[in-house]
Order: sequence, then C-alpha cells, then structure tokens
Amino acid sequence: MNVLIDKFDVFAGGFWLTLQICFLAAIGALILGAVVAVLRISPVPPLRAVGTTYVNIFRNLPLTVVLFFAAFGLPALGSNADFLRIPGLESIFSRLGTDLPYFRFGLIALVLYTAAFVCEALRSGVNAVPAGQAEAARSLGLTFGQNLRHVVLPQSWKASVVPLGSVIIAMIKNSALVGFFGVVGDLSQTADQLTSAGGYPFIPVAIGISVGYLIMTVPLGALLDRIEKRQAVAR
Amino acid sequence: MTTGDPLIVLDGVNKWFGPLHVLDDVSLSVGRGEVVVVIGPSGSGKSTLCRTINRLEPIDNGTITFDGQPLPAEGKPLAKLRSEVGMVFQSFNLFAHKTILENVTLGPVKVRKEKPAAARERGLALLDRVGIANQADKYPAQLSGGQQQRAAIARALAMQPKAMLFDEPTSALDPEMVGEVLDVMTSLAGEGMTMVVVTHEMGFARHAANRVVFMADGQLVEDAPPAEFFANPRSERAKDFLSKILTH
Repeated sequence: MNVLIDKFDVFAGGFWLTLQICFLAAIGALILGAVVAVLRISPVPPLRAVGTTYVNIFRNLPLTVVLFFAAFGLPALGSNADFLRIPGLESIFSRLGTDLPYFRFGLIALVLYTAAFVCEALRSGVNAVPAGQAEAARSLGLTFGQNLRHVVLPQSWKASVVPLGSVIIAMIKNSALVGFFGVVGDLSQTADQLTSAGGYPFIPVAIGISVGYLIMTVPLGALLDRIEKRQAVAR
Repeated sequence: MTTGDPLIVLDGVNKWFGPLHVLDDVSLSVGRGEVVVVIGPSGSGKSTLCRTINRLEPIDNGTITFDGQPLPAEGKPLAKLRSEVGMVFQSFNLFAHKTILENVTLGPVKVRKEKPAAARERGLALLDRVGIANQADKYPAQLSGGQQQRAAIARALAMQPKAMLFDEPTSALDPEMVGEVLDVMTSLAGEGMTMVVVTHEMGFARHAANRVVFMADGQLVEDAPPAEFFANPRSERAKDFLSKILTH
C-alpha cells in the first residue's frame, strides 16, 4: 500500500487532470446538448431531423469508437483541434494549449458523446411540462424562443436536473477511456504508468484510482439526492 | 350587435384526426361584438372548432379569416395574430412557476414590449376587475379553481384582444365556483367583447349569447338566437340533446 503514500503526487496529478477534462467536457456537453435539444423540439421539421440524427449517431455508437474517430480521424483530416486553444481558458487548463493534441481530441469525443445524452435528459424534462403550458404561451403570442425561455425551460429544469446529473456522473467514469487514446497523466492512465512503468502492484494502485473517481462522483450523487428530496417536499 | 364586416369567418373548414372527421365542412361567421355560444355533445368537435380559430389546431382544408386576414402559417405573423385573440382553457393553464400578476404581465411585457411598471399597473387593475387583486402575488396552485380561471381571463384580457375564445371554461370547476367565472364572462359580453364560448352552461347561453351554434358529429347543425334555439330546436339531434340535458 506504500504506493498510495509514496506516489501521492502522481495520483493527485491524475485526479487533477481528470477533473479538468471532466469539467470542460461537462460544460461543453451541456451547451451542445442544449442546442441539440432545442433542435429536436423545434417546430421546423428539417431542424428536428438534424437533432434526431445527431442523437441517433452519438447515443448509439460506443464511446471508444467516437474516441477513435477523434484521435485518429481528426489528424487524418488535418486538424489538431486548435480551435480549442482558447486564450483565457488555455492559461487555466494548460493541456488545452499543448502541441500534443490528445487532450483536445479526448475532450471533443467526450463532449460529442455526452451531448446526445444531455439532449435526451433535457428533452425528457421538457416533455414533463404539461402541454397546456406551452399552448397558453402560444395563445398569448409568445414566439417559440420566448415560450422556451419564459415558460417551458424554467419548469422543465426540475424534471431534468436529476437525469442530467446521472449523465454527468456517467461522463466522469467514461473519461477513464481517454488515457487509452493518447492523453497522458489522467487518473486512469496513472494506473498504467505506475504498474507497467513503475512496477508497483496492481491492487493498491487500482484502489487509489478508485478513490480518485469516487471523490468526484459520490458528492455529485449526494447532491442529486438532496435536490431530489427538496423537490419531493415542494411537490 | 353586429356591425360592419364579421371579425371571424370560417368557410368550408374540414379537419380529420386520423380517420375521424372531426370538423365536417364547417362554416361560421362571428360579427364584431357578437357572443356565439357553441354547444353539443362530447366529441362533436366544438372544442376543436374553437382551437382552430387561433390555429392551435391546424385545419386540413377550408379557410379561416380573422379581421379580414387569412390565418398565417407558423411563425411571427401567427404569433401576432394569437396575441390579438385571447384564449381561456378548460384547465386554466396558468404558468405554474409564475405568480398571478406575473402570469398577467408576461404577454404585455414580452410580446407587446410594454414597460414592466405600466404592465403591472394594468395587470393589477385587471385582477381587481375579475375580483382577485388580493391574490396577485400568489402562485396558481394556491388559488381555487374559480380564482385560477378568473386569473386566466385577466391574463387573456391583458393583451387587449379583439376577440376571446373560451374552451369549456367552467367544465373543470366545482359547482359553487362556476357562477363567479360566468359573472366575469357575462360582464365582458355586456361590454361588447367578441366572444366564442364552448360550454355546457345553458343558462349562460340563454342570457348572454347572441347566437347559439349546435354541433354534432363534426357538423354545424343549427345556428339560431338562443330564445329560438331553446324553444324550437329544428333538428332531431338538437331536440334529443336538449331533452337529455334539460330534464334534470
């Protein structure tokens, strides 16, 4: 078990990098997922088709395949995902700015994949709002956008937040795959470094890694339980 | 009552829900300031008729014109038309996350771009008019059904509509609350508001309507002044309907 103490800094570094990629991917997936959800509920049929196609592709492909496309497909197309080297962000999340693009590729894959699930969680919330609410808003002359913004979304949020949380927890666990696609030094890749390169026994390393993920996911789950309880009282 | 061009004109309107012919060649014209009450058995298409007028239900063929203009397709022009036609629903449909006053001011502020303070002042006056000014800061769920429906009427009136559509406004209410809602509607009718009212309240039809329209099986069967309709219904279908509801 000495590895947990001797290599604490390695674990901490892996934790920090995983936290970074998850934080960025969560924000990206929430934004993209919201856009896709708006497409899927839009009154314009071609926009709905675009949203539905997106969800059908990214919800139904294994994340590993999406990561393959990001890590090997993007370079083949000549892209190093340099659009993610966003000046202010780059200084906080240094990996965004490195010449080695795999952090950016991993991030893109996680965002694309998770956004499909975010979209469906948001949409299930929208469907939970009684149809009469949107009808009343339309009868007043509110446009589609105003209807969403002032009437439907504020009420759908309640029904979306718990499934959204589950999607984000799943995303944190899914991020363990990025280490196999060129991202060096995240929590799961740390295990590989310590066991194959460092020669440390596997079980204590795996326990350390597990603790790292649990520190991120358990509080998030507890927060969701609290939100759910509060809503139950309000209802 | 009727002056000049009619405000609402339906001409040869047909609509199907799958195989069900829910509106069968319906033509109806409603003059400015006229109160038309639509009655008929359940499933006769009267609610659907009401909802086609602001295109909450699109029609399959025929034409509907409002204030001289054919109903536009989805988009900004339709939103504008809807803002000029107030709608009151059977299930109130007040915005559950907003207070009563916010319900009433949302349309004027967001659609008409009125100043919030002015909209608030007018909203309070409208709530006072329907007798629930003291409930302004409560949420819909805290009000009785009758109060909620009066708030919904105030919300529709806040848009200063040219016409009001009522889709069974008292059907979801406890009996003792029906009167307070009908009182508001009667006073509105007295002020010359153009109204299309789908209802089972025969008393309201008798004393507040200019015309009674009877529907059955998607067809508009009779169209007559209330005194005439209730005394001498012409069709067998209407006689049968009236005998069922008036014997109790």
